[in-house]
Amino acid sequence: MTYLAKPRLHHPSLTRNKVGYTRRDYEGRISTLCAGCGHDSISAAIIQACWELDIEPHRVAKLSGIGCSSKTPDYFLGASHGFNTVHGRMPSVLTGANLANRDLLYLGVSGDGDSASIGLGQFANAMRRGVNMAYIVENNGVYGLTKGQFSATADQGSRSKKGVINNDSPVDLVGLALQLGATYVARSFSGDKEQLVPLIKGALGHGGAAFIDVISPCVTFNNHAGSTKSYDYVRQHNEAVSRIDFLPRHAEITTQYAPGEVVEVPQHDGSLLRLRKLHTDYDPTDRHAALSYMNLHQARGEVVTGLLYIDPLATDLHLALNTSDTPLNALGTEQLCPGARALEKINASLR
Amino acid sequence: MKRIEAVNDFVIKFANVNGSGSASANELFAKAILRMGVPVSPRNIFPSNIQGMPTWYEARVCEKGYLGRRGGVDMMVAMNPQTWDADVAEITPGGYLFYDSTRPIPPSKFRPDIEVIGMPLTEISNNTYADPRQRQLFKNIIYVGALSVLLDVEAEVFEKLFAEQYRGKEMLLDSNVRALHLGRDHAREHLQAPLGIRVQRADQVGERIFTDGNSAAALGCVYGGATVAAWYPITPSSSVPEAFQKYCDKYRVDPETGRSNVAIVQAEDELASIGMVVGAGWNGARAFTATSGPGISLMTEFIGLAYFAEIPVTIINVQRGGPSTGMPTRTQQSDLLSCAYASHGDTKHVLLFPEDPRECFDHAAAALDLADRLQTPIFVMTDLDIGMNQRLCQPFAWNDARGYDRGKVMTAEELEAGKDFGRYKDVDGDGIPWRTYPGTHPTKGSFFTRGTTRDPYARYSERGPDYLYNMERLLRKFRTAADLVPQPLLRGAARPTPLGVIYFGSTSPAMQEALDVLTAAGIDLDAMRLRAFPFPAVVDSFIAAHEQVFVVEQNRDGQMHAMLVNELQVDPARLVKVLHYDGTPITARFITQAIQTHLQGARAPLKEAA
Repeated sequence: MTYLAKPRLHHPSLTRNKVGYTRRDYEGRISTLCAGCGHDSISAAIIQACWELDIEPHRVAKLSGIGCSSKTPDYFLGASHGFNTVHGRMPSVLTGANLANRDLLYLGVSGDGDSASIGLGQFANAMRRGVNMAYIVENNGVYGLTKGQFSATADQGSRSKKGVINNDSPVDLVGLALQLGATYVARSFSGDKEQLVPLIKGALGHGGAAFIDVISPCVTFNNHAGSTKSYDYVRQHNEAVSRIDFLPRHAEITTQYAPGEVVEVPQHDGSLLRLRKLHTDYDPTDRHAALSYMNLHQARGEVVTGLLYIDPLATDLHLALNTSDTPLNALGTEQLCPGARALEKINASLR
Repeated sequence: MKRIEAVNDFVIKFANVNGSGSASANELFAKAILRMGVPVSPRNIFPSNIQGMPTWYEARVCEKGYLGRRGGVDMMVAMNPQTWDADVAEITPGGYLFYDSTRPIPPSKFRPDIEVIGMPLTEISNNTYADPRQRQLFKNIIYVGALSVLLDVEAEVFEKLFAEQYRGKEMLLDSNVRALHLGRDHAREHLQAPLGIRVQRADQVGERIFTDGNSAAALGCVYGGATVAAWYPITPSSSVPEAFQKYCDKYRVDPETGRSNVAIVQAEDELASIGMVVGAGWNGARAFTATSGPGISLMTEFIGLAYFAEIPVTIINVQRGGPSTGMPTRTQQSDLLSCAYASHGDTKHVLLFPEDPRECFDHAAAALDLADRLQTPIFVMTDLDIGMNQRLCQPFAWNDARGYDRGKVMTAEELEAGKDFGRYKDVDGDGIPWRTYPGTHPTKGSFFTRGTTRDPYARYSERGPDYLYNMERLLRKFRTAADLVPQPLLRGAARPTPLGVIYFGSTSPAMQEALDVLTAAGIDLDAMRLRAFPFPAVVDSFIAAHEQVFVVEQNRDGQMHAMLVNELQVDPARLVKVLHYDGTPITARFITQAIQTHLQGARAPLKEAA
């Protein structure tokens, strides 16, 4: 944790994006997490992604549950409204917020305890409903704030800092998200910003339920030998399926790739995801193939990363409910109240 | 045998098998009596089951207009062999038993002190209809037809009701009218009619409407501007969101675009449904959920968050019998404490107590305003008795000039003009801070909402003074709430009296009747009907003005009694508990007897006066 406040004054030469903000305008308060925490790298990646996407910070609503990861929304996008809800229940609060105003971007930040242990049910059901959101789990396999107990994503046989071996099978959030209908599923590593930033950008522009599982080592409680969520372990076992180039709307495509190397996926907001395939046999638009690829490689102890699955025709909960284009929180009596005459008719039908 | 003789004043009970289509036939019967200008109050007594179990429909016909449950049965329509013995035993001596005589029943199964009326309903139906489903459904209409002759209800009234119900469905209309007349003709030819109990045209219904509290609350949410509803099915509240959906299909679809001005989500559990409501309320939509006691237990953590983070939430709690799964299909007022003080730490919540469907409508709409104004959870404490039974009540009313009170919401213009924004700062002295909706202004007005403690500017703080400031402000806000909620209604006795009675919610019709009976017996009581918690100052002065105040409620532990003692520092001995909690709706007989018994024990002079 750093105690030095960053100066508020911005240097005039800082680059501004299309909406007139510098990268610094996307920062939040100073992090109170441990020095070297993977979560801070994810916050930095979120800042970078939002700046590069030219998102106005106040048009983002950032929601979280409880835990180390859930504290982080205070540390980025200081001009956004944030909501640190209750443990494991961020998905329902985000769903309700999204229903109230479809015009904002919804960023859910959660942890492995928050989403895979106490909040597994809410995680699953938000994915099922296709809530339009970018849902990031900062996955370190332990409970940090309560000092290092295993969480439900800890791998079977992995060893805690105190030497305890975890006997329980892990919850695989990526596998669950794939099975339950999420339309954008990725895994990344907090130590790989080059991979993570485009994945976050893709998730924010996706237009449906987008989930990113980010392995984020806990430097204090889960970064030792015997852990499968340490920096060293993930670096040694990282098996990336693709690299993403995120192309904003109407961007000129300049690089040429050989046929079969690239998959281009248009997003609902007009942007384009260009996936450079690192494995020619991997098809990221095939949900079942993604699942079996994952299962196969995970069985070998590899951590499969990259954009694992994307449905270019993603839909969302608002489409399913056929809600109006005007955000529900902006409707007034004229749209909402049937009025006294209609009530007279109702009364007449009840006599 | 002296048979019961009564015009427009009797209780008729239908013993049926659930899933047999009896509910609509019984409702038709009740509506016909209303159309005769005679008040009727029916109650469903049903099991937690879908098909095959016993179910009863008890209708009190009362020209005087008492709508509470009376107790006692003057006529039993015994259509369920499973419950025959108990049903026959329940009839008041001199009363009437109407039954299906298709199959012979041994004489020992009857009673000598009641009038027995048999009619071969199954035989008539089977001889007329070939389809098994029709045979069952029309058997119900046939007995309604027979009853109309026995009780002297005009055939034209039924025909008009059928015509309204089956407008445009001529086949159904004709077959129902035919079944009705099958019953009427057979009754006229074979039975002695009318009975000693009967209906006579009157003019005691007026413009009142006949509806259930759950659909009324749903309609109140439509009129009150709710745009997000999230719920999880639970008896007896499920029909609130279902009716809300039905009304929204009609009134919330934009005629030009065909798009919905509402979002209704059936959540995976009560935790998620309240979570969605909290999220929507935080983001500036009016949102509600409907549930019952077990759901409240599950929602409790979120209710604490909404209290502390100050988020508008409306919860319609259709109370049932507790604790645990308790009596899912019976009524109680036993969630008062679990709602008033829901969640860990020091919390207090606003409760509204509707007395009937009309107030379910009013209070649901008021709750949405109050939630926005007070930025806190508001509970509409209805119950199964008013929620799931049709009740005669004043028609719904709405003033088109009424706007929605969205409370203290700071706009982009105000922020731009440099108005100071402290999310948890009391700038107006009423304890209610200002808030902003997410996305309001590019650089001003954002804040981080959390369940942890914070300073007036929403910055994380565990400093004692910051914590105290916040907790004291929440108390101040709660005091403000007492002035904003529906105020108690007073019914004073004709003469000065040292006795008072406090009641609320669905106890209302039984209490009105009990007050009349007690007055006639020489016992004067000033009566106060509470309509909300926190208690306004008039409640304190009402108790102070009486030597003894009865507190009538439908739970075991005297929860309202406890709240009065706790909040107003009243000497508990001055408040006398009158508690009814067997799951049936409270009756005037019960209240009258409890009060008389207490007074006979405690005060000799009053006994003489009585």
